[in-house]
Amino acid sequence: MKTARHGAAPSGLRPVADGAFNLLVKEPGRFFALSLDVFRALFQRPFQWREFIQQAWFIVGVTVIPTVLVAIPFGGILSLQMGGLVRQLGAQSYIGATSVIAIVREVSPIVTALLIAGAAGSAMCADLGARKIREEIDAMEVLGINPLHRLVVPRTLACAFIALFLNGLVSVVGIVGGYVFNVMLQGGTPGAYLASFSGIAQLPDLYQAEFKAFVFGLTAGLVAAYKGLNAKGGPKGVGDAVNQTVVITFMLLFLENTIISALYLQLVPAKGM
Amino acid sequence: MGVEIRVEGLTKRFGRQTIWEDVSLTLPAGEISVLLGPSGTGKSVFLKTLVGLLKPERGNVWIGDRNLPQLPEDLLYETRKLFGVLFQDGALFGSMNLFDNIAFPLREHTKKSESEVRRIVLEKMEMVGLIGAEGKLPGEISGGMRKRAGLARALVLNPEIILFDEPDSGLDPVRTAYLNQLIVDLNAQIGATFLIVTHDINTARTVPDNIGLLFRRELIMFGQREMLLSSEEPVVRQFLNARRVGPIGMSEEKDVSELEAEAKLGSDPGKLPPIAPQLMPSDGRVRPTQHAPGSWLRANGVTPPPGSFIDDLGRDWVQEWPRYVASMGASAAAPGPAGKGL
Repeated sequence: MKTARHGAAPSGLRPVADGAFNLLVKEPGRFFALSLDVFRALFQRPFQWREFIQQAWFIVGVTVIPTVLVAIPFGGILSLQMGGLVRQLGAQSYIGATSVIAIVREVSPIVTALLIAGAAGSAMCADLGARKIREEIDAMEVLGINPLHRLVVPRTLACAFIALFLNGLVSVVGIVGGYVFNVMLQGGTPGAYLASFSGIAQLPDLYQAEFKAFVFGLTAGLVAAYKGLNAKGGPKGVGDAVNQTVVITFMLLFLENTIISALYLQLVPAKGM
Repeated sequence: MGVEIRVEGLTKRFGRQTIWEDVSLTLPAGEISVLLGPSGTGKSVFLKTLVGLLKPERGNVWIGDRNLPQLPEDLLYETRKLFGVLFQDGALFGSMNLFDNIAFPLREHTKKSESEVRRIVLEKMEMVGLIGAEGKLPGEISGGMRKRAGLARALVLNPEIILFDEPDSGLDPVRTAYLNQLIVDLNAQIGATFLIVTHDINTARTVPDNIGLLFRRELIMFGQREMLLSSEEPVVRQFLNARRVGPIGMSEEKDVSELEAEAKLGSDPGKLPPIAPQLMPSDGRVRPTQHAPGSWLRANGVTPPPGSFIDDLGRDWVQEWPRYVASMGASAAAPGPAGKGL
């Protein structure tokens, strides 16, 4: 009976079915298992402060300048696009409000996500992947040291910690960029910009953006660790792992962003003007 | 003194592919064992399973009263401290210099003062001949030096078991000979249980007390060196002779038709090479766990291949041996047919 069951499926379908099973069940399962292990290792003492600070500094190094360079045009473009639309509707005095909604709530977590996944996550995955294929990770385990505690926990936390600051940075730079474009290029008035901004802005906007950034940082760190620690097949394997890290992290972060935004809009009432 | 490792019915699979199954062997405490096998037979996988880096599908690895595959994580990390592993390329941490690499286990696991750490690290570095290279990064040194540094790091916690993953890969024959001598000297000095995974025939013929051969997903044979070196098993003979004639094919094992074609052509699988003398520690003294030359052959009534370095030195062989080796001159230290045949 056993052979009949196998024989019934065309042989070409089996690898496809295996691949789908792997993609939909096994991989997420293994990722979840690693995340749980990392969570457990989080409480293991002593905490690796040195590694945490080094990694945080490293992430700052690879993300700050690109973040600023992405945030300025983002703020400017939003101002230009929204400015034109808002003026057509005759609501120029509300231009500052668009900055709140667009930049603080959405753009800054998204830009943070792009940079954390693209710059920090990929670098982290490359580092861990290279260590994996050079058998450094195995050597560490044989020396009685848990690589999750030693390497992954400080990296993941550093990623999340720096994501908080990056989010703040994007918000500030984006709003300043928007202000400059609106006031200087589109003839908006500073008073209207600021008044409408403070009219609609509320602290929960910032909290949810920071929460998003923290979650994005954790996700990027965990995906990079998962892919890096499972890299195999030499240097090409590390390249593949980095590539997959960026793609998977982007997809996960956008999914998380949608969910958190939807929840936020349901849970937190908008401020009346 | 090293500890015994008892492997029972070990089976490892990756997905549907069986790497090896039902492997059972005992690595005697304090002895040097070699695990041979053609490329791709899962020798390194075996080594990683032994130390708990890979989980077997079935079977036990007993170290004392602890069964490694069944241990909870904290006990596993604890048990691993008994091990020192020399990985293929040394597996040094790329961001640290050699000194920090070798000091790493001491700083992580002991509360020794920095001066004490320095003393131990320098002692181990001297042992492997790396004095003067403390400040070098792993990327700046040769493969042989990386291996020796890896070995020094494996030694700092005074392990009871040392596993070597292809210590000879990527090394020239002279450096391999030095490394082999170092392995024998280390064993004489610290008495740990050694397992060397290799496909270098010369290492297998001269270094170990015991030899095993992995082929076709199973352990073909494991026992005292003389048992394997005098075996008429076709795979063993082919491997020791490094011939193309025999069951081992280019990629995997040969199929029946290939073997039949070979038989028709009357290809000669070659005679077994003579049993070479075992490498002695540099000080010429016999290691405590070393077997008397010819003891297994005599006990089992097996005639060794002609030209083998086997001599009946009687019960006092441990005392007689250094004098005997000295009388043989340099030829005794070199592998190959030498000495009186039985």
